[in-house]
Amino acid sequence: MNELMRRMLFLPEQASQYARDVDHLHYFVITTTMIAAFGVAITALGFFVRYRRRSESQTTPVVNPKPIHEVLFIGVPLSFFLLWFAIGFPQFVRLQTPPKDSMDVYVQAKKWMWKFSYAGGPNGIDVLHVPAGRPVRLLMTSRDVIHSFFVPALRLKQDVLPGRYSQTWFNADKPGRYELFCAEYCGMGHSAMLGEIVVMPPAEFDAWLADARRSGSPAQDAAMTEEDRTDPRQSLPEQGRRLAAEYGCLKCHSVDGTRHIGPTWLDLYKKTERLEGGKEVVADEGYLTESMMDPRAKIVAGYQAVMPTYQGKIPAPEIAAIVEFIKSLRTDAVRVEPSKGPVYEPIRK
Amino acid sequence: MNPSANSVVYNTPNYLDAEGGVRSWLFTRDHKRIGVMYLVLTTSAFALGGLFAMLIRIELLTPGPTIMSAMTYNRMFTLHGVVMIFLFMVPAIPGIFGNFFLPLMLGAQDVAFPRLNLLSVYLYLVGATIAVWGMIQGGADTGWTFYAPYSTTTTTKVVPILLGAFVIGFSSIVTGINFIVTTHTMRGPGLTWDRMPLFVWSIYATSIIQVLATPVLGMVLLLVAIEHSFGFGIFDPARGGDPILLQHLFWFYSHPAVYIMVLPAMAVISEVVCAFARKNMFGYKAVAYSSLGIAFVGFFTWGHHLFTSGQSAFDAGIFGVLSMFVGIFTAIKVFNWTATLYKGAIKFTAPFAYVCGFLFFLVFGGMTGVALATVSLDVHWQDTYFVVAHFHFIMVGGTIMAFLAGIHYWWPKMFGRMYSEGWALVAACTIIFGFNATFIPQFLLGNMGMPRRYYSYPAQFWPLNVASTAGASLLGFGFLLVLVYLLLSLKYGRVAGANPWGSRGFEWNTPSPPSALNFPVPPVFTHGPHDYQDRGPGEEPSPTPPPEAQHA
Amino acid sequence: MPEATTPAIEPPLAHHFVSMRQQTEAARLGMWLFLVSEVLLFTGLFTAYAVYRFLYPTVFEEASRKGVELWAGTTNTFVLITSSLTVALGYHFAKEGRGKLAAALLAVSLALGFVFLGIKAIEYTNHFHEGQLPGKFYHFAEVQGPGASMFFTLYFIMTGLHGAHVVVGMTVLAIMAVRAWREEFGPVHFAPIELAGLYWHLVDLIWIFLYPLLYLI
Repeated sequence: MNELMRRMLFLPEQASQYARDVDHLHYFVITTTMIAAFGVAITALGFFVRYRRRSESQTTPVVNPKPIHEVLFIGVPLSFFLLWFAIGFPQFVRLQTPPKDSMDVYVQAKKWMWKFSYAGGPNGIDVLHVPAGRPVRLLMTSRDVIHSFFVPALRLKQDVLPGRYSQTWFNADKPGRYELFCAEYCGMGHSAMLGEIVVMPPAEFDAWLADARRSGSPAQDAAMTEEDRTDPRQSLPEQGRRLAAEYGCLKCHSVDGTRHIGPTWLDLYKKTERLEGGKEVVADEGYLTESMMDPRAKIVAGYQAVMPTYQGKIPAPEIAAIVEFIKSLRTDAVRVEPSKGPVYEPIRK
Repeated sequence: MNPSANSVVYNTPNYLDAEGGVRSWLFTRDHKRIGVMYLVLTTSAFALGGLFAMLIRIELLTPGPTIMSAMTYNRMFTLHGVVMIFLFMVPAIPGIFGNFFLPLMLGAQDVAFPRLNLLSVYLYLVGATIAVWGMIQGGADTGWTFYAPYSTTTTTKVVPILLGAFVIGFSSIVTGINFIVTTHTMRGPGLTWDRMPLFVWSIYATSIIQVLATPVLGMVLLLVAIEHSFGFGIFDPARGGDPILLQHLFWFYSHPAVYIMVLPAMAVISEVVCAFARKNMFGYKAVAYSSLGIAFVGFFTWGHHLFTSGQSAFDAGIFGVLSMFVGIFTAIKVFNWTATLYKGAIKFTAPFAYVCGFLFFLVFGGMTGVALATVSLDVHWQDTYFVVAHFHFIMVGGTIMAFLAGIHYWWPKMFGRMYSEGWALVAACTIIFGFNATFIPQFLLGNMGMPRRYYSYPAQFWPLNVASTAGASLLGFGFLLVLVYLLLSLKYGRVAGANPWGSRGFEWNTPSPPSALNFPVPPVFTHGPHDYQDRGPGEEPSPTPPPEAQHA
Repeated sequence: MPEATTPAIEPPLAHHFVSMRQQTEAARLGMWLFLVSEVLLFTGLFTAYAVYRFLYPTVFEEASRKGVELWAGTTNTFVLITSSLTVALGYHFAKEGRGKLAAALLAVSLALGFVFLGIKAIEYTNHFHEGQLPGKFYHFAEVQGPGASMFFTLYFIMTGLHGAHVVVGMTVLAIMAVRAWREEFGPVHFAPIELAGLYWHLVDLIWIFLYPLLYLI
């Protein structure tokens, strides 16, 4: 039944459980729509045959609705619409809430390509390798205009915006190669901004990742502009450490827990900080990025608003590297060398 | 209506012959002539937009480059959108039929502000000229949505297009104000709100949206133009700006604008259904108030364009539910129109054929719209051909079907001649069939995942694109056919009487074409519109000129 | 033509209206609707202001404190409110048929309009000297950080658009002053000056919203 409907509606393969669930709503919705549209058309046709004009001077009786008619006219469609919504909205919420054990991949979009960076390396251009059956969270940003990350087989789409991070996640359970499109119009090369998601069996993925880290990324970064100084052979936290030193972050932020001009980075990730004015904030990726772009927006209590903005000064991939570096600074595992295996760092709440 | 009685009452010349010469048209304040001017202008715009559409469809005939470069293609779809929406969809039905028939239906001599009415035509003309000049200069490649930061950084001529749309916005505001004031203050004696024709109700609701939403669009277009010209950074993330703010402000207008386009279509359909079913409207009040309902709820649904923009799930839920209520109001109308046919005396003519097409397309297009509001499905469909097909079902399948129904229904009233019914039915069938062939494949393309605004596409999308282009050719041919026989009918058409359809609509109580002075004496309204009970058509016209008028 | 059939009422009744009352009502309703659309034109900007103020609260506060002159804004507020009073008085006397007095009052309003624009021009000159300019032109050293230039972007767009409205309003007032001087208005025919007054009040009202947003908070 699923397969028949899917083919009739020209839907692409279903590479995740989410895709299958959304498709079931799709079948329900489209069937109701067809029945309603043909129902109205056939009723109109029936009336036309039954009540066609018989003489040029024909008159007609006044027919007015009873309240029950209008109640039905409103009630029947409304109950269907709300039923659709009651099914669809929880699915959307599911899509908005990544599981805590997902693997993070950074996505940078630019005219007209996709770049994927794993926390422990390597990087890939236009091809995203993921393990089957494990949740993957994408942290996405754009370096120029708005793009949109669209994988039809996963029924997944998320706009990628300049100057901020957006996230989405998926759990592809069917190994294979799936198309990736840019869905938000972004200029001349919009329709050529294609990519591929390669879903591999977990063991195969682990082997691939280890191999890619050893030999360096096969993808060449020359295509991303020269301002991108991230080295594909280094892991993101390693690069982050280097960049943090270059940009002078470490002049004010310590990495060993000592208090300095700015808050320490040790254990900062996912820590709840008290702000000036009494509010609290959890130092997640969003907050860390914002603090680099707009340091004065949320000042941690007890510190001066002295940090300059790095808006426009640090390219997006380097921001990702620094955030990844901060994430790696933990008392329980202070390590900056590339992790050896696939990184399944639980995202702590 | 008895024609001989007409010649006695109306001894003034009709509005077309009243004055001669180009100047009498350029400086006219007659709402009927202004309606005709809008007809000529918006139809030309439609032809231009249609030309762009055909070029787009030809380009998409093959997966790779076909007849143009990517840059040209991007300009084509932008201009297609801009021309069709700002130059045709928004002004067409209110500008043509609203201007022509609103005062006639209200028993008024003109709209409240005839000079402003003429100004709105010229604002439209100025805006269109600026936009067309921009197109000749190279045109914009941003899409009609002008999303920043692409629109603020592109090197194409965005600014003239933005300013053109900005000026046309004012034309639309002026028209809206004029219609609201006319409806409030110029109704003839006895024409209470619950006796107003449904056309007036719907145009009234449209005007409210025009007055309230268009200024916000004007502002946002101006901001994009400022940003593009001077780099003020208002939507530029590098300077602390937020590109999503533009999307919010833009859709705050542009979603209600969809109802600016479709409510007048509903206005026309309400009239045509009653006239050809020769039947009172089933649920007059429900249809009338649902227009206002759509106008009201339409302002609170814009967020459903931003489900994938990173809007919070909470917001998405609120906007999703609110969007469904527009579907409810539309459903009320559809069911009432269909129920109107019950126990009617239906005559199948070309306008009625378009009504049948309209009903089917509106239900299908409308329900796919509600499907898009279920949030999770929208994630897959957003920015794909599914959305393209959905809004073309509403705009072409809805608005243009209604436009065609209206132009056929009122053609004898506006120009005093009948068109060729046989050719009209042929054209109607061609258009309805061509429409389906164009856009049903696009729904399926959207399901497959083909994003919109793609110049080239992977090979699996090819067959459906060929089908769509074939359908579009048929559709274009159908439109040309309509244009040809309507123009020919102006010269060779059979002379229509005052009321060839036997319609009880108030506007049919004037000669065809109406006299320059609408009514020699203000008509008095004794009952509601669409009253086909008891009396045969022709006896005792609805608003009877009082025997002893001049009581004002 | 219709003028022949309708009795000649002083002042002129347009052919398509039944009565003077209907004509005045239509004009008034039309003007109110126009004012509504004007308010919505500014609403877009107020929304943008609210959003960016929420995003950059401290920078906006700082920019408002160091970037704009409170005395100028306050003076201008008094100037505009006074001008609204004189317009209202002018309308009152025009309705009573005292055209010359009404014209004089409108002239005072016009003069106050010039004072407003003058003070605004001084402020703009200062902003140019200090580098308090929108977007990429911004180089005001005292307030830095993202959002600082945004304050001045909004400042210039909002006050600029308002200034354009002031100019339009002054033109309308000037025409009304001339017409009042010629004794065109009276107890029956006063709609034009009433509508002009409404427009001027709107211009004033918008400033009353701009003033706290840009100068006070």
